[in-house]
Amino acid sequence: MEILRVENIKKSFSGVSVLKNINLSIKSGELHAIVGENGAGKSTLMKIIAGELEPDSGKIYLNGKEVQFHSPLDAINSGIALIHQEFSLVPQLTVYENIFLGREISKSFLGIDFIDRKAMKKEAQNVLKTFGIENIPVNSKIKDLSVANKQLTEIAKALSTNSKILIMDEPTAALTLRETEKLFSILTNLKSNGVTIIFISHRLEEIFQIADSVTILRNGELIATKQINEVSMEEIVSMMIGKSMSNRFPPKPSKKIGDKFFEVRNISSDAFKGINFSLRRGEILGIAGLVGCGNTQVGESIYGLRKFDGEIYFEGKKINISKPTDAIENGIFLVPEDRHDLGLVLQLSVKENHSLPNLDLFSKLGFVSTSTEKKSVKDTIAYLNTKVSSINQIVENLSGGNQQKVVLGKWLVRSPKVLILDEPTRGIDVGAKFEIYKFIYEQSSKGVGIILISSELAEVLNLSDRILVMSEGRITGELDPQNATQEDILRLAVKGKES
Amino acid sequence: MTLSNGFIRRYGVIFGLAGIIIFFAIESPNYFFTPSNFILISKQSSINILLALGEMFVILTAGIDLSVGAIAGLVGAVAAGTIVATGNLFLGLIAGIGIGIAFGLINGVIVAFAKVPAFIATLATMSAITGITLIYTQGEPIWNLPSSFDFIGQGNLADIPFSIILMALAFVAAWIVLEKTKYGRHIYAVGGNIKASRAAGIKISAVLVSVYAISGLLSAIGGIVLASRLGTAEPTAGSGYELDAIAAVVLGGTSLFGGEGWVVGTIIGGYIIAVLNNGMTIMNISAYYQEVVKGLVILLAVMLTSFGKKYWNE
Ligand SMILES: Nc1ncnc2c1ncn2[C@@H]1O[C@H](COP(=O)(O)OP(=O)(O)OP(=O)(O)O)[C@@H](O)[C@H]1O
Ligand SMILES: [Mg+2]
Repeated sequence: MEILRVENIKKSFSGVSVLKNINLSIKSGELHAIVGENGAGKSTLMKIIAGELEPDSGKIYLNGKEVQFHSPLDAINSGIALIHQEFSLVPQLTVYENIFLGREISKSFLGIDFIDRKAMKKEAQNVLKTFGIENIPVNSKIKDLSVANKQLTEIAKALSTNSKILIMDEPTAALTLRETEKLFSILTNLKSNGVTIIFISHRLEEIFQIADSVTILRNGELIATKQINEVSMEEIVSMMIGKSMSNRFPPKPSKKIGDKFFEVRNISSDAFKGINFSLRRGEILGIAGLVGCGNTQVGESIYGLRKFDGEIYFEGKKINISKPTDAIENGIFLVPEDRHDLGLVLQLSVKENHSLPNLDLFSKLGFVSTSTEKKSVKDTIAYLNTKVSSINQIVENLSGGNQQKVVLGKWLVRSPKVLILDEPTRGIDVGAKFEIYKFIYEQSSKGVGIILISSELAEVLNLSDRILVMSEGRITGELDPQNATQEDILRLAVKGKES
Repeated sequence: MTLSNGFIRRYGVIFGLAGIIIFFAIESPNYFFTPSNFILISKQSSINILLALGEMFVILTAGIDLSVGAIAGLVGAVAAGTIVATGNLFLGLIAGIGIGIAFGLINGVIVAFAKVPAFIATLATMSAITGITLIYTQGEPIWNLPSSFDFIGQGNLADIPFSIILMALAFVAAWIVLEKTKYGRHIYAVGGNIKASRAAGIKISAVLVSVYAISGLLSAIGGIVLASRLGTAEPTAGSGYELDAIAAVVLGGTSLFGGEGWVVGTIIGGYIIAVLNNGMTIMNISAYYQEVVKGLVILLAVMLTSFGKKYWNE
């Protein structure tokens, strides 16, 4: 039984066609996955279905009747909720205020409606509890939450509207295996209650784990819709990128691992305690752990974004890092986890964002040389295959994965010595991931020490030369990826948690 | 491209100015629409535009400087007082400009290091500086300035009023700094996302302190032109200038949230205000009504910009 159908949907932005005649049918109660490269048009199509964008032409049918949404509220009232790829939470408000934003619970007193915070908190707690994520404090402000908890709040917010159709745009990109499993059991539950789910992800294993059917988009065109049991991963990948791709990871380079040149001695902060590790030239050190284990904070501290106690030794000398410039001067760079918060200036162009930390390389006597700058941006875009309409495109208008490529690309220009990569492939498509893995290998072959913080266990296991696992702010073990499994990582990641 | 958004922000204001000019030209072809009146308008707008250019640097970093008028007033008084006391024109100019930069730096340090919100910080310094001016002058205007001082606000260089030349120089300098230099890029970035800028290794406090210093410098130049034009340093001469400066910047399409703006827009914003003042005076509209009309025009212009922006983004 069909619940939703879109017919001949077309959409273009300032003359560039992003969706070309899309026809899609979603069955009631199914979990329908949408996949495609970065910039293929997935988010745009979802925004159209959820009333956030109006198509240039085409029709939407809900339960066989044509509907026209002029605002997200129209869609919500028809039972369609969208969980955004980029968060739509108000950072200054608390978790419970965000969950009930626009639907605040009130109580009447002397004929006046007063906001009922107590009821809202309680209700929010219930919502979180239903979904097994009650460890998120309802009173915290969104801006103080980790990316994963922001994502979970966003999900809880959408779930609490009791929608019939739930659209999730890359909900798992910021989650580790454990939260993902939790989310999947919630989704299975919702499905058994008759909710229809549209699910976008670049993690294809997930699609095979939970989807009933899958639609592949490429360059704004719908390539195919298939039942999940009638396609293979290889077929999906080749439909997505238009050519076949035999391996998800590039071959390991034969490289020499050099001397210990970077060492972290007993660093502590409010998010982690007594962290010790060293890094060799050319080594890829994976730091794995569950959401909130403190690995992101360790990375940010080494880069000078957070205060910490303890010592850092670099090339035999003790160095003082209290702000990012201290790290940058030593050739230590960070690709941050949260691209909107730390990685990008959204209203500036691709070019300007790319140049931000590199202007010293592009300028003479303080004047920016536009030709050197342009060349550098264009080279980087070509190298990472970033999809932009021009180098002057505003970063906010890029697709999520392409924004991530801009963040990564910034540091390609400089010669790093230590590269801290915090979720470097978050929201990036399979083809581009391959490119980024190649880049990581290239850098490490050049002798760059790489700290890879990632929630994708396959990524950590495949790329790292050595893996540290963190739990509750402490290092709980070290693994050799040659003979470790995902289960080994998970066991160390929950150590000290369930006691 | 940025066509949609940038287009409205950038060129909408030009159409606005053109529309106002056409309106007055039709209403008053003989007085308003003459070359000599345009020179007069430029002269009248020069002080405000000097202040507005400095204000723009601050607003681009998502700050605001309410003290520009007060600094202009103090600088006029100090420059005039020094000249009268020492008989040395250059000493007076240096003292005035030094004072302007110094108070700009104070604003910057309060905002960047003491982390006081710019609105409060500069509201406080505005009040303090106004007081200092009154103390310094004992509330009396400073007379008997030498005629060499008059040149700055009243003289001509090759038939062009010197104050217009100063304004043009300030415009070109601001344009080069904001569009062509590394420092200019840093200003936009800090206003757009302060955390990401810090993470990119930009020295945030240096950028913040310097934009207020630039605002102080340009307010000082404006203050000297003002005293010179009046031929006397009035203790309250600068009051109210901060609002016109902010209005010019915002009319010019600079976002009060920082990170977005165009120098040419600020000049046009300054001209819109000057043309309105001039045209309404020529049409004999009372000064009271002029203020009302000015307020409405600013509101309308800003509403059109944000509406246009939304419409084009769809
Ligand atoms: N407001 C906008 N203005 C201009 N171009 C836009 C706008 N929104 C999206 N685009 C462009 O439309 C294309 C499709 O974007 P969309 O966000 O739908 O991609 P996506 O498939 O969700 O990619 P990702 O996997 O990276 O999230 C991109 O090339 C993007 O640059
Ligand atoms: Mg997307």
